[in-house]
Amino acid sequence: MNTPLVTMKGISKRFGAVIALSKVDLTLNHGEVLGLVGDNAAGKSTLMKILSGAYQSDGGEILIEGQLQRFSGPMEARSFGIEMVYQDFALVPELSVTQNIFLGREIVRGRFGVKRLDKREMDRQSNSHLNSLGLRIPPVSSAVRELSGGQQQAVAIARATGFAANVIIMDEPTANLGAPAIEKVRKTILRLKNSGISIIVISHRLEDIFAVGDRVMVLKRGKLVGTRLVCDTEQSEILHMIVAGEIPRKAKVR
Amino acid sequence: MNDREEIRKSRLESPLPEAEKPIDAGHQPSRFLLSSILPNRRRLALFAVRYGLFVALGLWIVIMSFASEHFLTLLNFFNVARQAAPVIVIAVGMTFVISTAGIDLSVGSVVALTSVLAAGFLKAELSIFVTIPLVLMIGAVCGAVNGFFVHIGLPAFVVTLASLTYLRGIAFVYSNGYASPIKSEAFNWLGRGWFGGIPVPVIIAAIVSFIGWMILTQTRFGVHTLSIGGREEAARAMGINVRRIKILVYSATGLLAALSGVVLSARLSNGSPNAGIMLELDVIASTVLGGTSLFGGVATISGTIVGALFINVIRNSLNLMGINPFWVQVVTGAILLVAILVNTVANRWVEEWARTSEQADQEVELYPNNGTGGGQ
Repeated sequence: MNTPLVTMKGISKRFGAVIALSKVDLTLNHGEVLGLVGDNAAGKSTLMKILSGAYQSDGGEILIEGQLQRFSGPMEARSFGIEMVYQDFALVPELSVTQNIFLGREIVRGRFGVKRLDKREMDRQSNSHLNSLGLRIPPVSSAVRELSGGQQQAVAIARATGFAANVIIMDEPTANLGAPAIEKVRKTILRLKNSGISIIVISHRLEDIFAVGDRVMVLKRGKLVGTRLVCDTEQSEILHMIVAGEIPRKAKVR
Repeated sequence: MNDREEIRKSRLESPLPEAEKPIDAGHQPSRFLLSSILPNRRRLALFAVRYGLFVALGLWIVIMSFASEHFLTLLNFFNVARQAAPVIVIAVGMTFVISTAGIDLSVGSVVALTSVLAAGFLKAELSIFVTIPLVLMIGAVCGAVNGFFVHIGLPAFVVTLASLTYLRGIAFVYSNGYASPIKSEAFNWLGRGWFGGIPVPVIIAAIVSFIGWMILTQTRFGVHTLSIGGREEAARAMGINVRRIKILVYSATGLLAALSGVVLSARLSNGSPNAGIMLELDVIASTVLGGTSLFGGVATISGTIVGALFINVIRNSLNLMGINPFWVQVVTGAILLVAILVNTVANRWVEEWARTSEQADQEVELYPNNGTGGGQ
């Protein structure tokens, strides 16, 4: 149990001449909510896209339950139960709720050697799953473009949680949402945590992290500034770390 | 892997520990009533823009059957269907290509290339059982080349405009510009024969359409194709192999264009480098008429078939009425414009209107306990 669920060691990534990440470490424990904060271009999303398999790192290693793994694509990361809820939800507007939830993992039924989609079963499962999350949306056969922003997020969360997820990465889950919807997202995060899932929340809004997080990790310009327990820090300290890129306790001595 | 499957099932089926009841059943009845009356008007409008073409085709057929005694005969129907068949065969492939937000302008040239190659191979005494698979394969390769260049990021319009030009060029080089007769009876049967009282090209088009419909609506490949056209980034993020699908849809369209080339040359018993000129426009028109969005993500095979039949029925009926054939072109073009107008702009207005009025209801439904949760 002491082995962290996810360990990322010395992760580096560059895009052409731009160094997006240099030797960043991250640990994520079982059943933990980890906040990942930092200014724009701090490398938060890049780090998470590496964990979710969307990008490949140029250096460093990823350990899942202490085992070294390499993800060559999102499918592989998902097979280890690592799911990402993208900031823009990464939904296909023209497809239905069910089709989006099962995109890339459709249930098929073999008959005469032809594998046909089992639409009824997928509809049934998306319905029961959305219900179990306490999320209410219009019929699962409606196209996603017909849904409101909050409903689309519900679909994205349902997709991330529907397949035995161990880790859910949420990229700016409260951006562009109204106050009641933000409250709902926070509740959902806590509920997922209680069901044993570890969650990484990328957020600009420190209030979110302080409301639901256990630990918070600060990045600046692709480097790790530091990690704090949420119960052991305050917003001003984290803010200082984000802005100055250094740990304020040292600064205070001056 | 098995126990993962089980966890998944159990998570899906049993509510999570603290799951709340789906919000507040008390509000439901009144809203239910309200929203069950409103959609009627909405649905009517949506139906009109979505299935307008089907309705228009039906109406036109009714009017024409009064206007001309020859129109509503089985013979004339088969005439129209046989003319539409080569277009339908390609349009099924085109539906896939367009639903990935691509386009394939080269299909007419693939028809010409396969036409002269088939004639050449048959002249060289190759069996039709060698000739046909060979030309189909060549068509698929032409398509795969298109697909490759599109996949690496070149605009499909330009890639296939280029192949439209060079493939017809190759057809001219190979045939030296001459059409050559095809004498194989077995080959020509594919274009002129009847089987069970139905023209063979119509049977071929029906089989191709059925397979296309199966793939588009019943398989993972179909959903993935639509997802690429709908939003390629989302498809990628979900781990869908975009390259494989793009190359496959263009290859399939190339293969179907070759099949169509076989049918057309068989009907004329002639391999000509001039075959299929402007055919790509008929194919694209049929597909778009049928409601497939040029922006990708939305497509139906049935719509495509109706689109192709529509164009050919109009042509046929104007012919039957003895209207100057030059006018036929004018009318066909005008109808295309009106139909696309309905399919895109009017469709967007209506869908937008339906969505916003519906969303107003849903917004209230999703967060009925407004205020209790508000942070600030």
